[in-house]
Amino acid sequence: MIEAILTMGISGLAFGVLLGVAARKFRVEQDPRVSRIIEVLPGANCGGCGYPGCSGLAAAIVAGQAPVNACTVGGNTVAEKVAGIMGVQASAVTARVAMVYCQGSRDVAEPRAEYVGIEACRALDQLGGVKGCPYGCLGLGSCVKACKFGAMYMSSQGIPVVIREKCTGCGACVKACPRKLIELVPADKQVHILCRSYDKGPVVRKYCKVGCIACQACVRACPLKAISMDRGTLARIDYSLCDNCEICVSKCPVKTIVSYKLREEKAVS
Amino acid sequence: MEIIAIILGGVLINNFVFMQYLGLCPFVGVSRQLETALGMSGAVVFVMTMASAVTAALEIYVLAPLGLGYLRTIAYILVIASFVQLVEIFMKKAAPGLYKALGIYLPLITTNCAVLGVTMLNVRRSYGILLSTLNGLAGALGWSLAIIIFAGIRERWRLMDIPKTLEGFPLALISTGLMSLAFLGFQNLFKAAFH
Repeated sequence: MIEAILTMGISGLAFGVLLGVAARKFRVEQDPRVSRIIEVLPGANCGGCGYPGCSGLAAAIVAGQAPVNACTVGGNTVAEKVAGIMGVQASAVTARVAMVYCQGSRDVAEPRAEYVGIEACRALDQLGGVKGCPYGCLGLGSCVKACKFGAMYMSSQGIPVVIREKCTGCGACVKACPRKLIELVPADKQVHILCRSYDKGPVVRKYCKVGCIACQACVRACPLKAISMDRGTLARIDYSLCDNCEICVSKCPVKTIVSYKLREEKAVS
Repeated sequence: MEIIAIILGGVLINNFVFMQYLGLCPFVGVSRQLETALGMSGAVVFVMTMASAVTAALEIYVLAPLGLGYLRTIAYILVIASFVQLVEIFMKKAAPGLYKALGIYLPLITTNCAVLGVTMLNVRRSYGILLSTLNGLAGALGWSLAIIIFAGIRERWRLMDIPKTLEGFPLALISTGLMSLAFLGFQNLFKAAFH
């Protein structure tokens, strides 16, 4: 017993001393601000900033390659602390939340086949999906599994829902979606066109009741000219122009355009 | 004769990757580029050779006389981890680009089963310190040979049209299997050369 303790203790000590000497000899000078920034960052290592983990972002901030408010998860409080360490003024972080650009739940876009296989959207995407829409949500919830903050769930009709209060805008779900249906949008923008199908109107109608049919009613209705047609078959909002007036929401004949403000008001009443 | 057997055995006949399926994690992980593969090879050669020498000395002078065979795994891991840490400290200073490219796979040499495997084999075959070191070096060279050949193959993938379902790891594992088939050809090399 005592031999065992001594053996491990002594060899551990010997290697420890060896490594200590080596660490001193081959020391790399590191900016002390890096470790201080790592301390104030959230430490979730979500990668939402585009750098590999919080330490990667800290190094980039000190090197001047990233702005002090690059961490969307930490928001303004973290940005201010980081700015304090770097000795600069922080501009406000524009909070962003994830938005799922598809409403094709099972009741409005009926599945045409049953899928039995790997429970991952990427796998189903290889087969083309079961709903008929080549652009829409596959409904297996890879994005929900990718969310580290519990900010997404699958609705009973098989479409992912973002809990906007919990979403940190890290973008993990954006990367998880093989059909690129999730995007980060400014949190203060309330009106969204939830469709990504580039098919022509009659084709969309065949497989989805809430898909954009490219009637252009919203384009004509928008007083700020914030909506335009993408490839001629899909309406898109320019968020920098939109002022949440919600005129387009009432004009859309297929209810592709939704307003989260109206939804919340309805939920309250 | 035994020296030749150890070298040939370690590099070709009992190649760690293709014949014993050890150390596959960094083998698949950092074989995308020839450059990182070479860097990793250097690290593994150093760690495996030094770890073999030190663990053999530890076994012969400390563990065996005191009857502490049951401490072998943890004591060996301590030695290996120390050498990996040493490589990491050194590489961070000397080759920061390579350090970044290797990423997590560098500290993962600690748990590389090929490194622990070679030290355990040394004990089982009761090699002395010198032969253990040689065995470690040969094993590491074999591992390096495997990853360097493989990196050469993987670099060519970039120019090829690979079916989507096979891209990345699936094709890497299939290719590894095919190469291990090729290495089966070395099985009777020693017998053929010396008998």
